[in-house]
Amino acid sequence: MSTVTAPRRRTFRRWFAELGWRHLVGIAVTVYAAFPILYVLSASLDPSGTLAGSSRLFSTIDLSNYHDLFTDPSRPYGRWFVNTLVVGGVTAVGTVFLGALAAYAFSRMRFTGRRMGLLSLMLVQMFPQMLAVVAIFILMSTIGDVFPAIGIGTHAGLILVYLGGALGVNTYLMYGFFNTVPVSIDEAARLDGASHAQVFFGIILRLVTPILAVVGLLAFITATSEFVIASVFLTDPDQQTLAVGLFGYVSEQTSTNWTIFAAGAVLAAIPVMAVFLALQRYIVNGLVSGSVK
Amino acid sequence: MTPPDEARGLRARLSRPGETDGLVGILVKIVLLGLVDAVALYAVFVLAAQEKWVVLVVAVVLTVGVNVVYLRRDGLPAKYLAPGITLLLVFQVFVMGYTGYIAFTNAGDGHNSTKSDAIESIATKGQERVPDSPQYQLSVLEKRDDLWFLVTAPDGTVALGSSDEPLEEVDDAEVDGSGKAVAVDGYSPLSFDELLAQQDAILEVAVPVSDNPSDGSLRTADGSTAYEYRSNLRYDEAEDTFTDATTGAVYRDGGDGSFVSDDGEELVPGWKINVGLENFRRAVETPQLRDSLVSVIVWTFVFATLSVALVFGLGLFLAMVFNVASMRGKRFYRVMLILPYAFPAFLSGLVWSGLLNTEFGFVNQVLLGGAEIPWLTDPWLARFSVLFVNLWLGFPYMFLVCTGALQSIPDEMSEAARMDGAGPWRAFRAVKLPLLLVSVAPLLITTFAYNFNNFNVIYMLTRGGPRFEDTTSDIGATDLLITMVYKVAFGTGTGRDYGLASALAIIIFVVIGVIAGLLFRRTKALEDIH
Repeated sequence: MSTVTAPRRRTFRRWFAELGWRHLVGIAVTVYAAFPILYVLSASLDPSGTLAGSSRLFSTIDLSNYHDLFTDPSRPYGRWFVNTLVVGGVTAVGTVFLGALAAYAFSRMRFTGRRMGLLSLMLVQMFPQMLAVVAIFILMSTIGDVFPAIGIGTHAGLILVYLGGALGVNTYLMYGFFNTVPVSIDEAARLDGASHAQVFFGIILRLVTPILAVVGLLAFITATSEFVIASVFLTDPDQQTLAVGLFGYVSEQTSTNWTIFAAGAVLAAIPVMAVFLALQRYIVNGLVSGSVK
Repeated sequence: MTPPDEARGLRARLSRPGETDGLVGILVKIVLLGLVDAVALYAVFVLAAQEKWVVLVVAVVLTVGVNVVYLRRDGLPAKYLAPGITLLLVFQVFVMGYTGYIAFTNAGDGHNSTKSDAIESIATKGQERVPDSPQYQLSVLEKRDDLWFLVTAPDGTVALGSSDEPLEEVDDAEVDGSGKAVAVDGYSPLSFDELLAQQDAILEVAVPVSDNPSDGSLRTADGSTAYEYRSNLRYDEAEDTFTDATTGAVYRDGGDGSFVSDDGEELVPGWKINVGLENFRRAVETPQLRDSLVSVIVWTFVFATLSVALVFGLGLFLAMVFNVASMRGKRFYRVMLILPYAFPAFLSGLVWSGLLNTEFGFVNQVLLGGAEIPWLTDPWLARFSVLFVNLWLGFPYMFLVCTGALQSIPDEMSEAARMDGAGPWRAFRAVKLPLLLVSVAPLLITTFAYNFNNFNVIYMLTRGGPRFEDTTSDIGATDLLITMVYKVAFGTGTGRDYGLASALAIIIFVVIGVIAGLLFRRTKALEDIH
C-alpha cells in the first residue's frame, strides 16, 4: 500500500479501483480464514475452562489448560498424540511405498490388463472405504480371533485397513510424475547391468522424491484425521488417536471441557500446520499439476 | 500422450521374462517369503483348531498365490503390484462385497453369531443355584491363564473342567487327607493369595456339568465349595424349544433368528439369519424410515452440489482478485488463506461447533451481542451452518487450484478478446472461464464425490442433528447418507443394526455407481491414460 505516496485524490481513486479493493477483499478473507484459529488459540490460554468464559479474545494468558491436558488419566492426551503419530506415520510410509511400487509398474512396464488395472483403480476409488465400515468391523473381529495382534483394538489392524486404500489416487499422482522421468535414465542403468529392483530403489525413487513427500504428507493428514474407522476400531482410551479422543472430549459436555479441548486442538494442529506451511510450495505445485493436465 | 520411441525398447524388455536379481535381492526375497509362509502356516494351524475351514482355504490360496508371484521367473509387473493389490482386494473390494452379504442378514445387536452359540448363551445366562444342589469340594487350578475347577463330588468322584470345557472325570488326581482332590499333573493349584487376587475372575467361572448347556454348571462363591447352578430356561433339543421352568412358557424358533414365546416375548441373544430383501424393504416401506431416507438423500445431493458451487465460486473469485502481478502482499494473503486447509479437518468441525454454540458461542455472544440464534439446533440454520463451515474448510483448496489454472492460461487470450471489443467480464466469461473449466472439471467432480461422503464436517459439527421429530431412529436434518449409515450401525441411541446399515451403504454404492457412470461418459478425464 505504500505505493501511494502522493495523496492526490485522483491517484488514490485509481489505485483503489486497480488494487485497493483487492486488499479490502484480502483483509476480509484473511479475517474469515484466520479468526477461528485465533479463537482456539485464545480459548486454550483461558483458565476459566468453559465455553462461555472463552469469548473474550486473549483477555488472560495462562498455560494451565496445557498442564491439565496431560494430567487426566482417563483422557491420556499424550498417548493419543503418540498413537496418532504412529498410525499416521506408518500409514504414510506404507502408502508411499505401495503406491510407488504400483506406479513404477504402471509407468515403466507394458503388460496385459494394464489399462484395465488403471481404470479399475480409479473406479474402486470412487467407493469410499468407510462406507463398508460394518463389514470391516466384522472382518477384523473375525481376523482378531486368529491373529489378536491385528484384530479390533490394535493399531496394526487399523493401519492395514488404511493401507487397503493406499493405491488409487496416490498411484495416479505418482504415475503422472514417474512418466516425467526420462526412460533413457533407466535404459542407461540397465545397460550398466543394474537389475529392475536396483533401478527402482536406487534411481527412480531418488528422482521422484518431491512427489513421494507430497503423497506421504497427504496420506499422513488423511490417516490422522480419519474418524469413522478409527472410532470403531479403537475403543480403549489408551489406544485412541487424537481424532477419536478429542471428539470424546467435547461431544458430551461442550461447554465445560472447552478450553482444555482448545489446548489439545492447538497442540494437535501445530505440527501439521507447520509441516504444511513449510512444504506449501510443493503441495501447491502438486495440486496444481494435478489439476492442469 | 504416447511414450517416446526410446521408451518402447526398455519397457518391452522390463516386461519380458527371464530377469534375474542380484544376490542381495534373492536373499531379501527368501527371507520375506519365508516370513510370509511362516505366518501363514501358523494361521492354518489356528484356523484348523477353530474349524474355520472357509477362511483356511482363503488363507492357503492367498499364500500360494504370493509364493507363485514371487518365485516365478516372469511376471515382473505382478511382483510390483501384488502387495498393494492384495490389501486393496481384502480391505476395499472384499469388504464392499461383504457389505452386500450383511445387507441380506439381520446382523446387529443380539444377532451376531450362530444359532448354537445363541442357545448356549441363553442356557448359561441368568443361572440360579439349584435349591437342593449337592455340595462339591473345590480346588481352583490354573493352566495357561485359564482357570480350572477340580471338584470332588459327595460320592467321591473327581472331575475337572473350565468355562470352555465341560466337567470330565479324572482318576490321577492328588487327594489330601480329607478326601478332597487338590492337584492334577500339568495344572498349578492357586495359593490362598492368588485366590484372593483373582476373586472376581473365579466368581465368573461357570463350568458346564455336561455337553448339554441345559444341565447347568458349577459355580463357586468362596473358592472352596461349588454348587450346581441352572438357568430357568431349559433347552429341548428334540423340539428345538426353550421352556421356562417357573412360568411354563415355551419359546420356539420364530423364524426371525430368535426364540419367541406364544405371547411374543423374545429371548436374547438371537442369531444371524438371512433375511433376503427385508432390510431394503424396511428402508423403503417403513413410513418413518422412508421419509427420513428421502430427505437425507435429497440433502446429501443439495449439500454436495452447493458445497462445490460455493467453494469453487469463492476460490475462483479470490484467485482472480489476487491474480495481479503488481499487487503487493500476495504471499501474505496466500499463506493466510491456506490456514483453514492446513488446520486438521476433524478439529475444524469441533471448533466451529463451539463458535456457533447457541448460548455460549463466540458468534452469538460477541459478534451478535448476546443473540441466542440456534445455529446448530434449528434445521434450516443448521443446514446453513454446515455449508458455511464447509465453505471455510474448502475454499483454500479451490483458490490454490484456480490460481494455478489461471496462470496457465496465456494472457494473450484475454487481450485478443479485448481487442475484438469485449469488456473484461465478457472476455472472462467467453474465453477464460471455458478454458479454466476444462482443466478444473475433473477436480470439481472429485470435490463433489468427496463432499457426497463428507463425514467429518457433519458429524463433528452437528452429529447430523437436529433430529427429525417424526422418526424413532437417530436421523436428523443435516445427516448425509454416510453419517446415517454410521449412526444406524454404531449409534448409541437406538441400538446397532448392521443389516440395515449395510443395506443403506449398498444404496449409496448404487447411487455413486450411477453418478460415476454418467460422469465418466461425459468427461474426457480418462482419455490420457495411454
